[in-house]
Amino acid sequence: MRGGATLILGAALTAVFAVAALVSLVWTPWPVEAINIALRLKAPGDGFLLGTDHFGRDMLSMLMVGARTSIAVAILAVGIGIAAGVPLGLLAAARHGGLLDEVIMRGNDLVFAFPSLVIAILITAVFGPSATNAIIAIGIFNIPVFARVTRGAALSLWTLDYIRAAQVAGKGRARISMQHILPNIANLLIVQGTIQFSLGILAEAGLSYVGLGAQPPLPSWGRMLAESQTMISLAPHLAILPGLAIVLTVLGLNLMGDGLRDLLDPRLRRTR
Amino acid sequence: MLRYTMSRLVSLALSLVVASVVIFAVIEVIPGDPAAYMLGMNAAPDTVAALRAQLGLEGSAVERYLRWAGGMLTGDFGISYTYRVPVAELVAARMQVSLPLTLYALALSTVIAIPVGLIAAARQGRPADLAVMGTTQFGIAVPNFWFAMLLVLVFAIHLRWFPSGGFPGWERGFWPNIKALTLPAVALALPQASILARVMRSAVLEVLDQDYIRTARAKGLTRGQAVLRHAFRNALIPVLTILGLQFSFLLAGAIIIENVFFLPGLGRLIFQGITQRDLIVVESVVMLLVFAVILVNFLVDLAYAAVDPRLRRRA
Repeated sequence: MRGGATLILGAALTAVFAVAALVSLVWTPWPVEAINIALRLKAPGDGFLLGTDHFGRDMLSMLMVGARTSIAVAILAVGIGIAAGVPLGLLAAARHGGLLDEVIMRGNDLVFAFPSLVIAILITAVFGPSATNAIIAIGIFNIPVFARVTRGAALSLWTLDYIRAAQVAGKGRARISMQHILPNIANLLIVQGTIQFSLGILAEAGLSYVGLGAQPPLPSWGRMLAESQTMISLAPHLAILPGLAIVLTVLGLNLMGDGLRDLLDPRLRRTR
Repeated sequence: MLRYTMSRLVSLALSLVVASVVIFAVIEVIPGDPAAYMLGMNAAPDTVAALRAQLGLEGSAVERYLRWAGGMLTGDFGISYTYRVPVAELVAARMQVSLPLTLYALALSTVIAIPVGLIAAARQGRPADLAVMGTTQFGIAVPNFWFAMLLVLVFAIHLRWFPSGGFPGWERGFWPNIKALTLPAVALALPQASILARVMRSAVLEVLDQDYIRTARAKGLTRGQAVLRHAFRNALIPVLTILGLQFSFLLAGAIIIENVFFLPGLGRLIFQGITQRDLIVVESVVMLLVFAVILVNFLVDLAYAAVDPRLRRRA
């Protein structure tokens, strides 16, 4: 697929779920707290577009609020990664070869070496399961990713003439990093942000599936899947719909990331 | 090579020390006294104190850390608060499920991904390639535990080909266990295979871009022959690194998948430990998993350097 088409398809898929999440802030077809056992386990179409769950809650409403939970957790986790990782990467590149660079990169390698999901499980288990702790646990592992990408891209810029000229003109390293380096690597960070965003959605789903993400009554896709498991043969739509929501969101974000990368870096277009 | 190995060994040791400190510190934060928890609310204070001593809970944090870390080095992982047996025994029993599951999934993923990646690269831009790229795009987006649930729905509930969960135990023979591990292994392997196939494909394409391939083609080799004779072997280098990373993903993924299939592996042990406040179990199992991942990455680094001499100089 051409970069443009990939980007449009990915952005459209992502937009569907982003809009659903935003709309859920002010309106859902039915209230998600409304438990009505008489209406439980209705199949899709039967008065409810996507059916109802084992408590008689409207699946469409649950999925909309679930989108909000997933997207909020993933975005904030990417935010942590960028807020901490990008300055660290800029700093390491500005002090290339120095002790600070070495310390930052060794620390990076260390976090990379940890099996992230295991540690995320440990963190959320210890500090109590909640959306906030899920954000922190996922966010921590975004830091080295952004630090590494930032440093790598910044290093190649530091050798360019116009950066040298800025140095000769008397600008300090911090000012050069902010004024010249950061704007030039922003594209790369946007692409990486999209990738980490999609990984964050998957990680949030995994954590809430094992009960360590957002807590009831706040709906989350992962927990909807966990709750559907015992009723999977009775009401397959309960298991299929939240899973599809996850797959389509992640797929949309990945396509968007691929499309953006192709658009921003045409050299990669051939091999990937 | 020796210098490279030494420098990697130092960083391996350093990683393990930092990892153990972090894990110990995180567990330290958990409030509550396991000894009081085990004995109940009405226990006499001196009984609790005696149990604390027996469990190795007294002394400063530094003393306890050294005792725990020192014990791990000699294979003594402490005694489980709830099971009252050495953690090493529990781990050994659970490994009989988790290790075969991880290896099974890794084997499946490799066996599927390498030929698929090769075919896609050899047929770049043709329907076969597009089909592979489309399918793997989906494969990457699918959460493995959801895929596991769908597999159960189709192959366990409707077709009844495989059990929907549980593990008979190796004393019941080889095949029943392989059958029990098949759906979990497939669920774990397919998303990883998607990633691996893509890495394989782009690695092969990258090699195909090199001058020596152009020379080989000019001398009359077809694209397929060039892929098999030259690109395949050179492409294995990046694939090796990804395989190391996948091991860590599979181990972590197994934790969740074991919960889907009620498999008595390390993952279930961690979750039971968390809910029962059996901290020594959680601490030791997490440390073991981290150790396994760091060790595998270390071995991959060495293998990588052995294959590609250019890397040794970087150390």
